[in-house]
Amino acid sequence: MSEYNFAYLNEQTKKMIRRALLKAVAIPGYQVPFASREMPMPYGWGTGGVQVTASILTPDDILKVIDQGADDTTNAVSIRKFFKKTAAIETTELSEQATIIQTRHRVPETPLREDQILVYQVPIPEPLRFLEPRETETRKMHAYEDYGLMHVKLYEDISQHGHISTTYAYPVMVEGRYVMDPSPTPKFDNPKINNCPALQLFGAGREKRIYALPPYTKVTSLDFEDHPFEVQKWQASCELCGTSGTFLDEVITDDKGGRIFVCSDTDFCRKQQSEKFEEAG
Amino acid sequence: MKMNPGIPLLKVENLHKAFGKTKACHDISFELWPGEVLGIVGESGSGKSTLLRLIAGLLEPDKGTISYQQNSKLITLTDLDEPALRHLQRTEWGFVHQHPSDGLRMNVSAGANIGERLMANNWRHYGNIREKAQHWLKAVEIDPARIDDLPRTFSGGMQQRLQIARNLVTNPNLVFLDEPTGGLDVSVQAKLLDLLRGLVSNLGLSAIMVTHDLAVARLLSTRLIVMKQGEIIEHGLTDQVLEDPQAAYSQLLVSSVLQV
Repeated sequence: MSEYNFAYLNEQTKKMIRRALLKAVAIPGYQVPFASREMPMPYGWGTGGVQVTASILTPDDILKVIDQGADDTTNAVSIRKFFKKTAAIETTELSEQATIIQTRHRVPETPLREDQILVYQVPIPEPLRFLEPRETETRKMHAYEDYGLMHVKLYEDISQHGHISTTYAYPVMVEGRYVMDPSPTPKFDNPKINNCPALQLFGAGREKRIYALPPYTKVTSLDFEDHPFEVQKWQASCELCGTSGTFLDEVITDDKGGRIFVCSDTDFCRKQQSEKFEEAG
Repeated sequence: MKMNPGIPLLKVENLHKAFGKTKACHDISFELWPGEVLGIVGESGSGKSTLLRLIAGLLEPDKGTISYQQNSKLITLTDLDEPALRHLQRTEWGFVHQHPSDGLRMNVSAGANIGERLMANNWRHYGNIREKAQHWLKAVEIDPARIDDLPRTFSGGMQQRLQIARNLVTNPNLVFLDEPTGGLDVSVQAKLLDLLRGLVSNLGLSAIMVTHDLAVARLLSTRLIVMKQGEIIEHGLTDQVLEDPQAAYSQLLVSSVLQV
């Protein structure tokens, strides 16, 4: 433990990131530049999220890390281990127990509370990037609320596929002002981001940007009047816990075409399974 | 949009622009009246494209003022802040570039290209945007069935017509044309000119067109400005300038047109 400063980053760096976080919370949805540091993990593994988590962590915090909703994937396990080693904090797999949840793709199915913070790992913070590659131009578009281009993408989806085929990183409007990319979360989670009691922080390490949604921020998904926003629906319910209405992963079970659908949120699924087990007595 | 025919649509006064020691535009003044098409001709490097970019707000002048008629009043463009200028550019103005790839989004469909300005002006009904896009494809003689095709599958002439449609969809008052027939072969040029002439007279457009092709200028413009080395050397009605050029350079320009 003593080989590291608390939570790996030095105090000046954490102070710098906290300043960026304060600004981000003050201007919901606005991308605040920050001096992102090299982290002992590759870009794309959540260097932005890790820096945000490191800056807000206190010794009493209980950390949960999920990747694609699962607690037991490589990314989640190694980030949990990283903070256990450098900050000696407690970690958990239970959504209710955690005070900070760092996530790559999902918002937990269990509703979040006011005393929790959700930290997102963001690969590309700029929602307009793929239509307008010039950063000088996209910054102006944000500054002048010149957002026609975002709808061009949705228009293109409908004209090519008959419906809005964007299923993840679905652009949202924050408090009627900034268009924001909710990171690579599936659009299924967009309604959970809206009016969420927990503080939501977004960190993009390679792109050196931080943005935030304070608790109870109004977040609306962009759409057309005649093609309203919709979330994904599944015919099946979870094979393991039997719950329907959660975000399901398709899992191949053999090489003969066998497949099952299971909850992507492993903690939620486990809880449902044990409840069912108790009911059955 | 209601316009006051008693005052000019655009008024340029003592415009200067230099790039280092090169004087690109020197003391340029002229007026454009509602419904007029003004041609700017001159050899390459005479400053005509720079002048167009200055007026359209794509470049900032060193000195001078540009005024534009809005709600029957002249407003000074050079005092306008950037958001207001951008709003003007995407609603009341159009800019047709010489190369379609500069004016089009090549990686989205023709329909999205036409619809972009509508969506930028808060159109949020997919069906209506599409209907309007189809209407404009027809107006520029592109098969509406190609609405979902990418511009790069279009021929050069079609791309140029698509660019025109994309600009005219918001019914602009003023269109800037930078060598609109530049890279096209002669028969396609003729067709495009025909189309432009029809649109200009039917919609009552006002336009400023830069060209080095006197035939194009004669066909489309009502008045002509001849530029040389960043200065206006002759200014008059198109027929007058072309039939009876006064300045030595204009005489040279007119006499050097190839006769077939």
